[in-house]
Amino acid sequence: MGLTMFDKIWRDHLVFESSGKPALIYIDLHLVHEVTSPQAFEGLRLQNRKVRRPELTISTVDHNIPTDDTRNDEIKDVIARQQVETLRKNCKDFGVTLYDIDSNAQGIVHVIGPEQGYTQPGMTIVCGDSHTSTHGAFGSLAFGIGTSEVEHVLATQTLRQNKPKTMQIDFVGELPLGVTAKDMILSTIGKIGTAGGTGYVIEYTGNAIRSLSMEGRMTICNMSIEAGARAGMIAPDDTTFKWMKGRKFVPSGESYEDSIKKWREYQSDKDAIFDTKIEINCSELEPYVSWGTNPGQVSKITDSIPYPETFEDPVDQESANRAMDYMGLKPGTNIEDIKIDRAFIGSCTNARLEDLRSAAEIVKGKKISSTVRAQVMPGSTLTKILAEKEGLDSIFIDAGFEWRNSGCSMCLGMNPDILIPGERCASTSNRNFEGRQGKGGRTHLVSPTMAAAAAIAGNFVDVRNWK
Amino acid sequence: MEKFIKHEGIVAPLDRANVDTDQIIPKQFLKRIERTGFGEFAFFDWRYLEDGILNPDFILNDTKYKKASILVSGRNFGSGSSREHAPWALYEMGFKVIIAPSFADIFRNNCMQNGLLTIVLDDEIVDLIMANSTKSIYKLTIDLQKQTIKDSEKFSTTFEIDSFRKECLIEGLDDIDLSFRMEEEISNFESLRAPRW
Repeated sequence: MGLTMFDKIWRDHLVFESSGKPALIYIDLHLVHEVTSPQAFEGLRLQNRKVRRPELTISTVDHNIPTDDTRNDEIKDVIARQQVETLRKNCKDFGVTLYDIDSNAQGIVHVIGPEQGYTQPGMTIVCGDSHTSTHGAFGSLAFGIGTSEVEHVLATQTLRQNKPKTMQIDFVGELPLGVTAKDMILSTIGKIGTAGGTGYVIEYTGNAIRSLSMEGRMTICNMSIEAGARAGMIAPDDTTFKWMKGRKFVPSGESYEDSIKKWREYQSDKDAIFDTKIEINCSELEPYVSWGTNPGQVSKITDSIPYPETFEDPVDQESANRAMDYMGLKPGTNIEDIKIDRAFIGSCTNARLEDLRSAAEIVKGKKISSTVRAQVMPGSTLTKILAEKEGLDSIFIDAGFEWRNSGCSMCLGMNPDILIPGERCASTSNRNFEGRQGKGGRTHLVSPTMAAAAAIAGNFVDVRNWK
Repeated sequence: MEKFIKHEGIVAPLDRANVDTDQIIPKQFLKRIERTGFGEFAFFDWRYLEDGILNPDFILNDTKYKKASILVSGRNFGSGSSREHAPWALYEMGFKVIIAPSFADIFRNNCMQNGLLTIVLDDEIVDLIMANSTKSIYKLTIDLQKQTIKDSEKFSTTFEIDSFRKECLIEGLDDIDLSFRMEEEISNFESLRAPRW
């Protein structure tokens, strides 16, 4: 019987295994940020332990740093400042590379890993952040861990894990024009639910996946956790290798060619067996908009808010009722009739160069609605610089958008960028939980083009008809 | 980590599905650099009104659950972010056990690292515990060694747990200490691999 890509990576990282116990697996890359690491470093200090492989540990500040131009000053929020300063001290004391606020390589941890070329096929990658699944787009096994596990990896460069099950999500058919990777993953979560992937590692396959850019693949893998799966992955191919070529930490010249040979081995064998298989027909997909308070509560743009009684499961009915109450929405309302107050283009899901280009294409030569406040937070400082070289900043600014600095920002609202109670936001981020973007804030998850179009129109519109 | 062998306590019902980590501990409280001080902020948006007073409509504010140490909730409990602040907050709020039909993976892992026992039971049994604890003060005794849950009357059921995790909880063992015993295996593994970058 053949092996899945996951099986191969697992096999190649197995340090120790004995029946009935979680395996000990080796970690190739550990990404660290200010929020989930202070207690882990403190744990090392208390036990007089070192970071075992500081050179495999990369750190940045992203979660609570401001995105306005005060960011190079002292952070006003005293507790946030202390957290950032603690990371600085920890990186210095333990010899870990830190991409600080003034570095061009600073940015959202899941944007800079691939951008700098740290993320490579066949690797095991962890970070104290659930969206670590993003890196699986390169054919790596990447997943989020808690702070105790962060400490474990810092101390031992390994992790204790029970072997997860495998799920194949096969995207068949062709993706219609104007429908994006974000719509593929939102529709998938809508279909399998927010716990549909619990206990699994998902491998996404199919022609529609092969046709996607790396940015699109990252968007899909990023939201695997929203379906309950700790990791999502996509087999590397020429698109992957071409995207990686020339990036700072990717091998160059002859060793790049040698690496490609090795990376190509990370494919599921033709006769590999997955524990579960799901098929999604791409030709039926449209742009999606979430209407509820979990990422499985989504509708097509041409559809309306569902009637809770149409859900079979009473738990889903109850969740839908509760969500509509929080979101201030009524069943039967057309999605296109929902007006927005804010638009947020950013986050580890959708703030890469291609995302910004696609949104700029929509807003070019237009003005945002007078009732909307719209913001762009590029995923990294380098992304921002590259976007500015292409003149994307002027397109957004001319249209009335605020062009900000990089960070997690309004995806989770740990920094000053938050919604006020009752505000409704078209957001390119990944979670629409109650209060996620600010207490009482109402989040609708959409693609960058859908968020851009909504900012202009003042309500959700079908980007497929955009002129 | 504190040892977990047997626990008797009052059950508090939180009857909703998909309780996510943003609800358990909202982001504005993730800025602390300590492992403690999160308990008073658990379920903040549900638990408190605008002016900081307790929300009388939030069930966990009911005085009969003041000393509750077992939380029972709906499916997919702990979904969302990897923040370990969520189990830290629940533990500090007084919970030693959480019962639900299912849990999110990372959350469950994080609980186990902190001596907080998560128990998966069938929907019907969860519903029964939920109903009993909603009506009046309801106590359960959880025996991890025997993997049983009982009340003072007739109710009794068993639960599954990974034998390794069970041992860690009973012994109060820390994963890192255990992994340090594997130093030789880790070094051997490293020596077999070409250095990266």
